[in-house]
Amino acid sequence: MQNEIIKSETGIIVEESDRLTLVALCRYCSLPAESLIKMVEQGVIDPIDPSQSYSHWQFSGTSLLRVQTALRLQRDLEVNLAGAVLALELLDEIKQLRQQATYIQR
Amino acid sequence: MEYKDYYKIMGVAKDATQNEIKRAYRKLARKYHPDVSKEKNAEERFKELGEAYEVLKDPEKRTAYDQLGANWKAGQQGFQPPPDWDAGFEFHGDSFTGGSGASGFSDFFESLFGQAGGGGFQPGTAGGRSHQMRGQDSHAKVFIDLEDAYQGASRGLTLQSTIMGADGRPQIKPRTLNVKIPKGVKAGQNIRLKGQGSPGMGGGNAGDLYLEIEFNPHSIYKVDGADVSLELPIAPWEAALGGKIKVPTPSGMIDLKIPPAVSSGKKMRLKGRGIPAKQPGDFYVTLMIVLPESLSEKEKALYQELQEANNQFNPRRKLGLGK
Repeated sequence: MQNEIIKSETGIIVEESDRLTLVALCRYCSLPAESLIKMVEQGVIDPIDPSQSYSHWQFSGTSLLRVQTALRLQRDLEVNLAGAVLALELLDEIKQLRQQATYIQR
Repeated sequence: MEYKDYYKIMGVAKDATQNEIKRAYRKLARKYHPDVSKEKNAEERFKELGEAYEVLKDPEKRTAYDQLGANWKAGQQGFQPPPDWDAGFEFHGDSFTGGSGASGFSDFFESLFGQAGGGGFQPGTAGGRSHQMRGQDSHAKVFIDLEDAYQGASRGLTLQSTIMGADGRPQIKPRTLNVKIPKGVKAGQNIRLKGQGSPGMGGGNAGDLYLEIEFNPHSIYKVDGADVSLELPIAPWEAALGGKIKVPTPSGMIDLKIPPAVSSGKKMRLKGRGIPAKQPGDFYVTLMIVLPESLSEKEKALYQELQEANNQFNPRRKLGLGK
């Protein structure tokens, strides 16, 4: 099969990208708004200003990655949303500890 | 084509019950899930597991597979399913959606059961009120050098993407993408390339490509978030007298002014000389006094003179010890 070479593409750093509205987050994750609101209620992600109404919610770029991971965990490991949140929080902690361990070891 | 022993992949006996298979799958899925696992080849193992489970969880497919396995002898070179091997079996189920995306299953699987959709390490495709569907997102890990994070970098990536062939069946097509990694990226961050994931269905938008950034280990620098640090060896007289010392940083050599009378272990901070992220990190230099491996007679005599010049100095005062 022919290998197609595509012109240069510049990536954006998700964690430092502009804030996302609820609509944009829905689009990027291919999810309906109700599912994302449920994720906010369960604590997968937090709007930057939770006192605002749904339509004015804004999210950090990191939220996008968290939603995607939560979806994969739910689908592949047959856990419910609460289980996925627990896994996400533990994964965050492990990641932090691993970083510290590497820093100390080297 | 290689014969795949799905029982071995799942670590279950040939006569395992459906419940045992389910339990084995759940246990291994947790172990090898790419979001959770730190095992080597986790992604590969997880895909293999998904494929094995796809067959063994379905009694119809399992029976067909078992009959096939009886005709296969270990050590046999290559594998070809006998013609009409599946006569008399009918496969159905939600996982056979006629190729809604990249299944990533092996040739072995596809020669037996056709192309499966769904399953595996792929984002879900929720919604679906119309036939228009956004393509799936793709994920990959990219290793760069710390210096690349200071200057930005270009990487050629070869990706396997699934496209719809003229015959309406999905095909794997390799493509090379030249990716510009923006400067200021930190380890563990993700880069999104819009529309570089799998193509959409029925005019839907393509998915996005996500690249997780990792740094190659560096021989002299340590990285912590956006901060970078270096252990700088200095001579005893440099520590005593101070002065300007040339210090390497990932963005080039700099002159570092060391104050006189500094002790080993002292940390100096160079503000904003870490990774040039949105909030730039700092560069830390830890001073380490090193001595020549052996001292000449002249050097020894001079050190003795130093000792006599300050016999009041007690470096272990904080430990509550006398001289």
